[in-house]
Order: sequence, then C-alpha cells, then structure tokens
Amino acid sequence: MTLLISTLGVFTKYWPVFLQGLLATLLTSFVVVLFGTLLGILLSTIRLSKYKLFAGLVETLVSFLRGTPLLLQLYFFYFALPQIVGMDIPKEVSIIMALILNSSAYVCEIFRAGIQAVDPGQREAAESLGMREKYIMLRIIIPQAIKNILPALGNEFVTMIKETSLASTFYVADLMTSYRIVMNASYKAVESLIILALVYFALTYTSSRLVGVLERKLMASV
Amino acid sequence: MSNIIEIKNLRKGFGDLKVLKGVSETIKEGEVVSIIGPSGSGKSTFLRCLNLLEKPDSGDIIFDGKSLIEDKVNLSLHRQKIGMVFQHFNVFPHLSVLDNIILTPMLEKKLSKEEAVNQAKELLEQVGLLDKIDVFPRKLSGGQKQRLAIVRALAMDPMVMLFDEPTSALDPEMVKEVLEVIVGLAKKGMTIVIVTHEMGFAKEISNRVLFMDDGQIVEQGSPQDIFDNPQNPRTKEFLEKVL
Ligand SMILES: Nc1ncnc2c1ncn2[C@@H]1O[C@H](COP(=O)(O)OP(=O)(O)O)[C@@H](O)[C@H]1O
Ligand SMILES: [Mg+2]
Repeated sequence: MTLLISTLGVFTKYWPVFLQGLLATLLTSFVVVLFGTLLGILLSTIRLSKYKLFAGLVETLVSFLRGTPLLLQLYFFYFALPQIVGMDIPKEVSIIMALILNSSAYVCEIFRAGIQAVDPGQREAAESLGMREKYIMLRIIIPQAIKNILPALGNEFVTMIKETSLASTFYVADLMTSYRIVMNASYKAVESLIILALVYFALTYTSSRLVGVLERKLMASV
Repeated sequence: MSNIIEIKNLRKGFGDLKVLKGVSETIKEGEVVSIIGPSGSGKSTFLRCLNLLEKPDSGDIIFDGKSLIEDKVNLSLHRQKIGMVFQHFNVFPHLSVLDNIILTPMLEKKLSKEEAVNQAKELLEQVGLLDKIDVFPRKLSGGQKQRLAIVRALAMDPMVMLFDEPTSALDPEMVKEVLEVIVGLAKKGMTIVIVTHEMGFAKEISNRVLFMDDGQIVEQGSPQDIFDNPQNPRTKEFLEKVL
C-alpha cells in the first residue's frame, strides 16, 4: 500500500521525464524499424540474387548480427564507429545505426523466409509463361510472400520497442533512460521500475493490437 | 511440316544422379507426341528442359530454328511461345480467374486490357469456365483449375503446348473434362507434347508415342506400334504392368 502511494508520488512528480522517454522510444523504434526494413529488403534482395559472392557475404553478415548480443553490437558501434570514420560521432547516431543494422538482419531473414515459402510451382508457372524476372517478383512472388512477411514484420516492431531500452546503457534518450534520471533524482528505484514496466507493457500491448488490425486490413487487400 | 523443337543429345543430372542420358528427338509442327514410361525415368525432367525450367548439362534445344542454350538468348520471349501445363496446376491463388489469364499477355505482349479480356472470355467460353471469370482459384475444383491453367497458357498464343501429367492430381471424375480440352486443342492442330499415364488417351490422340526408361527414349513409334506391337522388352514389361 505504501509502495502504491509512493509510486503514484513518483509518477505525479516525474511524469514529464517518463513522457519524454516514451516519445524518444517511440521515435527511435519507428526510425529503426523504418530504415531497418528498407535496409533489410535490400539485404534480402542481395541474399536471394544470383550473385553468389554478395549473397554469401550478406548471409554471413546476417548470421553474425543475429548470432551476437545486441548490447555487444551497440558497444562496438559506440567505440568503433568514431575510430573507423576518424571523427567524433554523436553517440545517438552510433547507437541508432547499430540498432538499424541489427534490425535489418532480422528483416532480411523475415523477407527471405517469406519469399522462399512461396510454392516454387508459382515461379515455374510464371517463367513458363515468359514473364520477366521483375514481374515474377512484383506480381507473383511478393504478393504471396506478403502474407508470410507482414505478421513477422509487426512482431519486429514490437520487439524493437523493447530492444531500444538497451540504448539507455549509453544514456541515449529513451524510456529506460528516464528510469536512470528519476532514480538519480529521487532514489526511488522500485517505484520508477514499476512505472516503466507499466508504460512498456501498455506500449507493446497497444502496438501489437495496432499491428494486428493493420495486418488484417492489408491481408484483406492482397 | 517444319520442325518446332529439335532436341540434340540432351544430358541432365542432379548431383551424382544422371537423369537424362543423351536424348535426341524432333517435334514437328502439328504433331501430338505422348511420352510414357515408369516413374523416375526422366519424363518430367525432359519436358522441363524444353523450356529451360531445367538447365541441360549438355546438348542443344533448337526451338523454332534458334538455340535456347546460347547465353544471350532472350529466354522469356521464347518461353512465351511454349505453353506449359503442370501436374499441380500452379494457378496464381492471389489473382482472379480473369487476372490469371490476362496478366502475362498485358505485361509481356503489351495487349490492351480490352483485347486481353476479350481473348480471355473467348478461351474461357471454349473450356466452359466463362461463369467463373471473377472467381478466385480457391473456389475452383481441380478440373476447373487445370482448365484455367490451360487457358492461361493458351492466352500467350503459344506454338507448342507441353503437358506434364495434367490429370494425375485430379479426382477420377474430373479427368475427362480436362482430357476433352486437350483433345479439342489437338483437333485444332496445336502441337502438343504430353507426359501421361492415361494410355487410352495417348493411343487416341497421339501421332507418336515415346517410351522413356532410365533417362533414354528406349522406343518410339505410332500408337499402334508401341501399344499393339512393342519391340523392346522394357516397353513390353512396362505396358504389361500398366494396361
Ligand atoms: N530438382 C531435382 N533435384 C534432384 N533430383 C531430381 C530433381 N528433379 C528430378 N529429380 C530426380 O530425377 C529423376 C527423374 O525424375 P523425373 O524427371 O521427375 O521423372 P518422371 O517424371 O519420369 O517420373 C528422379 O529420380 C527424381 O528423383
Ligand atoms: Mg514426372
């Protein structure tokens, strides 16, 4: 009971900090998923192309990104990127680029799996009709692959909302960082964690729902 | 009659497995050629090599006077003139019956929508599917799907039609409606190469029958030669099993 009251106390006093973190997390997730998807589509195109060398390189890169901890990748970009480029890079940029790259690896897999799940007979039929490659992809394969891809892509967005919390390790603005700020100001760790958990849950829950609605709309139209 | 497809010493393997062991054959304009033989003998692989769905390891395919094997050949242009019908129909599930038919003619032959639709209606009428024009494939029976697949291929106005066991995946009561469509095509003079297990049908419509076994054409001749008076012991053995 005292915990409840003190949690409410923390919330009334610090809600602008949480709100700011919430907005930062939403924005980061959106940017990451948007560019991660674009890059992921590009990667999957290369991965499925006939250029075996590049396809192999992408495959290795994707396995690597999926097979190492995201936090490690964030640290790596945080320290390595400025060294490689040879100048100061805002940590926000390094962290967001690492998140985008990581997300693109998952999106690449989602697209590859979605496309390869389409019955090979579909491609054969299109080829036998004399359709050119671009139309086979755009008019036959991708419209059928979308059904496999969309749900997984929606999940990726929800996952990303949670994963951006790792950015707080570097004090990059996000929801988890607001915990550190409040914690340092008030020493009320448990209270702010409770608030955060509720906000994260509300966020992922509503976005899952939204993604679900969006999917059904899009599915009905393809 | 001119040669539509000349196949010269065709070889094809998958890994260590040699599937076609040097097949030569000429398909002439207006001919109906049936391919029979035990399962696994390479009939599908042979047929799929004719439009390069499988890439031959060696040998040549001359279609309408031009080699399809050369590097710079415009394959999709040639494939437009070679229709193919598959055992499992492979109709496009995300497109309506009409769109299944008109998509490729509009994209690749630059037909106007009106031309393509008129042609599609005419073809659908011929196979008795005009009332299904706006339906999606999941609402069609197997026999209807296969008739749609045939119409889709015909809409490209091909010079030859390849059929790979077009009735093997059908319930028995639907076999006839599909075979009738193929007979109709043959009567109109379409050049046809068909892999089939329907021996009665092969006998009825073919000019020539090829018997394939173990990656080779073991025997060939008129339907009477092959079915009534086979020479090769393997042909005899096969026919005894299936007839
Ligand atoms: N894509 C493939 N990869 C590996 N083996 C194949 C492939 N296609 C066919 N085969 C093999 O080649 C042989 C001949 O197959 P196929 O041409 O389908 O015979 P048929 O149509 O006469 O039954 C079979 O042993 C089959 O398993
Ligand atoms: Mg076969």
